[in-house]
Amino acid sequence: MTDTAAPKTTEPKTTVSVTINGRAVEAKPGQLLIDACEHSGAFVPHFCYHPRMSLVGMCRQCIVEVEDPRGKALVVSCMTPVAEGQVVSTTSEPARRAQEGVLELLLANHPLDCPVCDKGGECPLQDQAFSHGPGESRYVEEKRHYEKPIPISDLVYLDRERCILCDRCTRFASEVAGDPLISFTSRGSNTQVMTFPDEPFSSYFSGNTVQICPVGALTASPYRFKARPWDLEQVETTCTTCSVGCRTVVQSSRDELVRYQGVDIESVNWGWLCDRGRFNFESVNSKNRVGTPLVRKDGSLAETTWASALDAAGRTLRVVINDKGANAVGIIGGARGTNEDAYAWARFADALGITARDAQLGDGLPAEVFALPQATIAETCESSTIVLLAPDLKEELPVLYLRLRDAAEKRKTRIMEFSSRASGLSDYAWKSIRHEPGDQPRVVSEALASPEIAAQLARGSVTVVVGRGNLAESPEFALLAVGAVMKAKPDARVLPVVRRGNVRGAVTAGLVSATDGDTNSILAAVAAGKVECLVLLGADPLVDVPDADLARRAFASVKHVIAVDTFVTESARHAEVFLPAAAYAEKVGTTTNCEGRISDIAQKITTAGTARPDWMIAAELALELGKDLGFGSYAELHDAMTSNIPAFAPAADAKAVRHEGVVAVHPSPVRITAAPKPAAPRLSHHFRLLVSRVLYDRATATAESPSLASLARDAAVHLHPGDAQRLGVPAGADVRIAANGAAVVLPVILDDAVARGVAFVPFNQRGSDIRQVIRHDVPVTDAVVEAV
Amino acid sequence: MSVPTGPRIITSRFDVADGHTYAGYVRTGGYASLRKAVSSMTPQQVHDEVNAAEIQGRGGAGFLAGTKWGFLPADVHPRYLVINGDESEPGTYKDRMLMELDPHQLIEGIVIACYALNAAQAFLYVRGEMALAQERLAQALNDAYANNLVGKNICGGNFSVDVTLTWGAGAYIVGEETALIESLEGERGMPRLKPPFHPAVKGLYMQPTIVNNVETLANVPYIVGKGGSEFKSLGAPTSTGMRMFAVSGHVNKPGVFEVPNGVTTFRMLFEAPEYCGGVRNGGKVKAFIPSVSAMWFFPEHLDMALDKPTVDKAGSMLGAGGFVVMDETTDTVAACWRIVRFFARESCGKCTPCREGTTWLERVLKRMLDGHGRPEDIDLLLEVSESISPGIAWPPRQTTICPLGPSAVSPIASAVRRFRHEFAHYIEHGRPIDGVESPFHAHAASHA
Repeated sequence: MTDTAAPKTTEPKTTVSVTINGRAVEAKPGQLLIDACEHSGAFVPHFCYHPRMSLVGMCRQCIVEVEDPRGKALVVSCMTPVAEGQVVSTTSEPARRAQEGVLELLLANHPLDCPVCDKGGECPLQDQAFSHGPGESRYVEEKRHYEKPIPISDLVYLDRERCILCDRCTRFASEVAGDPLISFTSRGSNTQVMTFPDEPFSSYFSGNTVQICPVGALTASPYRFKARPWDLEQVETTCTTCSVGCRTVVQSSRDELVRYQGVDIESVNWGWLCDRGRFNFESVNSKNRVGTPLVRKDGSLAETTWASALDAAGRTLRVVINDKGANAVGIIGGARGTNEDAYAWARFADALGITARDAQLGDGLPAEVFALPQATIAETCESSTIVLLAPDLKEELPVLYLRLRDAAEKRKTRIMEFSSRASGLSDYAWKSIRHEPGDQPRVVSEALASPEIAAQLARGSVTVVVGRGNLAESPEFALLAVGAVMKAKPDARVLPVVRRGNVRGAVTAGLVSATDGDTNSILAAVAAGKVECLVLLGADPLVDVPDADLARRAFASVKHVIAVDTFVTESARHAEVFLPAAAYAEKVGTTTNCEGRISDIAQKITTAGTARPDWMIAAELALELGKDLGFGSYAELHDAMTSNIPAFAPAADAKAVRHEGVVAVHPSPVRITAAPKPAAPRLSHHFRLLVSRVLYDRATATAESPSLASLARDAAVHLHPGDAQRLGVPAGADVRIAANGAAVVLPVILDDAVARGVAFVPFNQRGSDIRQVIRHDVPVTDAVVEAV
Repeated sequence: MSVPTGPRIITSRFDVADGHTYAGYVRTGGYASLRKAVSSMTPQQVHDEVNAAEIQGRGGAGFLAGTKWGFLPADVHPRYLVINGDESEPGTYKDRMLMELDPHQLIEGIVIACYALNAAQAFLYVRGEMALAQERLAQALNDAYANNLVGKNICGGNFSVDVTLTWGAGAYIVGEETALIESLEGERGMPRLKPPFHPAVKGLYMQPTIVNNVETLANVPYIVGKGGSEFKSLGAPTSTGMRMFAVSGHVNKPGVFEVPNGVTTFRMLFEAPEYCGGVRNGGKVKAFIPSVSAMWFFPEHLDMALDKPTVDKAGSMLGAGGFVVMDETTDTVAACWRIVRFFARESCGKCTPCREGTTWLERVLKRMLDGHGRPEDIDLLLEVSESISPGIAWPPRQTTICPLGPSAVSPIASAVRRFRHEFAHYIEHGRPIDGVESPFHAHAASHA
């Protein structure tokens, strides 16, 4: 069973003595019988009970016999707390009879199509029918029939014949995800799980329902009929799709990834995954992966050997450094790999004297946020107040959204959100305050001055969740707003929420430069001819850097590009040498999530072609240039990293990075130095641009996963209906958005989540590219929007 | 046959042509008790009278109404009174008559009860199919508001209460009080788990809530007007007051009768000329059902008094007071199937044993009726029943969340135990025993 989680009951004060199957057991007060039984080694069959969701007592499978002073009774153990002196039997004749009876009833209408069911072999119904069932059915009537299976979303199929109506998926959707898009319809034996008419189960978390379904009623299209459970090999690892760092198992069959499943760890994901993280394994298997080194020959990239590719790359670097010095080389990227990969590239840069390096792509946060007093995800959820200065977490860091939503719904945590558009958390926030881009520090300061909010901050601990809420706005505004909160509440802590998987690890490992600035300034130096050679580490500046004009100018002037990547991206097309890198699940290492938690990444499959882990490429390229980085194996590299970088020291012990992982040692706190150029007031007929990410976009791992690629929307601009009316544009009409000497044309979506005067454009969608009008050195983007 | 007599308390206006109107109600003494309560009694004094009356709830469980009112935690507000008018059990139609023929009496009882409970809001939940009752209640409530008998500062005093009418959407299970509360909240009508959701503590919108039956509250004006001890003096000490019973089936005059509680017998009710006037065609009672969800009774039970403890002890229950009489032409298997089918169709589908078990039982019975019974089917019926209600005992134990599942077991247990040969005959011959009328075997009798 994949759902056996740590109990969520609070710390016990005393214990309760009960007898379970003749054994004296000490249980926690308030602990459920089913949980106490399981901890004492007496497994109680069950279907609806799930430790991360509310109790419904619906399947009635977990009946046990309890004797107390009033006599013996059959009770549902998932609904009954332990009581002093209880004598419990999970196997007495009445209990066994009741369990058999319920199982026979559950199987009465079940199709028993196990041979063609994906769940067969890992199915709680199948397993428990064997262990606790009557062995044979006496049901000879016609079984229930439904059309099988029906798609309830782009990713999930529902087979109502197999469904045992345990309410797990429906509870998950409404209680955990906050997307109550599936529900019971009809009644009695016609009861069925169903979506609302014309409204698919388009939740970002739909894959979780497939995982927790105790039968094969819900199946996910990327895995259907791909493998049988007994053919799967699996290893526990950490997801690096975003910086939440959910714990997963990756499963493969015949050396191909076929499925990821969430693993329940207390500190991060509680077993849940977002669909993007769950299903983007398809991109690792993509036919477009490059498994052979490429060098430019007669104007196009041609396959070659590692020896000649490394030789070509080494020669380029040697010539540039000899002619122009190490300052003429810039390294961009490194956030998609492991800590060890980043460390190896940082050592590579150190060895050659390359100071221009940045793991973020002009779309992140100043690295100083990682040096502010830090809060973990759990500490954030336990705070009295969470100040949210972040992008829409449901879109960017979905599982963190689940945790914060849970904190707001089930704990006393109050969320105070400052944003330019209503987010997935707005409905759960205590206060959700809209502001124009660039105005956040002022609005936050004003809010903090209100007695009500000051009293709330004084009530207990405060955590500021800070991220890059707007790619068309300087990140310094958010940092200044953090400073305002920390001035009002000096012991406030910070949870930095950067988007990419291992930004934090890469920065900690040294892929950041204090002197040469960030990716934007590297690209500016390229455009100015000062930097001649770019080394791209899984980075695609032409697509990812918000200032498209800057990236385009840089790539028009750059003399040499060396790309280390899994795919030939837009930027990698400019490379003269392309070195194929090992992808996720093809290499071992550790990763660092947004809270600084270091956990391990496991290898499950062999690499595509002859692709190599990044660190190995760094080490070999250094050798080409006559430098020995000092490690020839992963173990040597890991040891070097954990002994040389204090923050990574806790990861030295291999056991520490498994399962829950270990939180990095934080550097001593720094003071916020942000001083953004003040934004001029917005002219009344202008719109201030809000550009941020939504979950499904044209990012490589999504675009190369067929199941996810189609979920990305077409590019559009979201305007408040009142603003659209003022402009005289109906929904769907095209508007021209002009700013900073450029313009794009986008269709309009009416969206009352957007503040008045703000134009919201989701980043990196199919269609016109809003990045054309963004300039990295303009603090906010004011645009003229007009009908075309 | 001499039968005990008593005043008609709550059916007194059933013969008054305009008894359902405001004018007719007031002319016949209506709203006097409410005026008395709010002008001269404290809420506690009203509660005391209801306690003194020892009136048992008329919804089925027979719990003392005054005691239930006492379960409300002090000083927790808001608190609600919910009136269960979702009467849906086969053969039970006394609440419908009360709502159709004397809606003001119910409203008066509700307002007095709210006064006693210190509740400012009541919800009257009426079964969706009862169009006439809904129409008359709505009119009556409007008239009561217009005459300052509901709403702000009732009768010029300090007491205010609002009564909200809600129509059901056609589900028997919503008669179960926690399912009714779910339905009122706009959710699917599925029962809540007790504990923790005892309505008096955590009921409607998780606030303290009293759920009372229509007939129970219709008695309150009389109790307040005449005094609780006067009410208690009617009927038997163990089952006080007058009580309404609805009789249907093979009697000459089916209908609703208000009789002295606890002293009238089943035989009197079925046979006395002032009540049902005997079994049709001069026949004999084969079996009768004191409550469709409970165990059947047989001729030897006819002289039992309609007294809660007596009937409970005999292994059944009076329930909501709807009796079905079956004469000797009754096809027991068909009757059994008919009742089980009702429960299977009305199962809400929440818990496994009820959802799957009742449907399975219905299918087996139908197969028998269709002539495809197998010798092992009789034991199978009992075995499936055992999975719903371990021990098939009375009062029933249950693997289910609420008592609906065991309700489908009662007719099977009753019929199989008493008339096993009729089931065996169906299995062997594919038709009922000679001499009974079956809806499935129209000419069965002529085979004799």
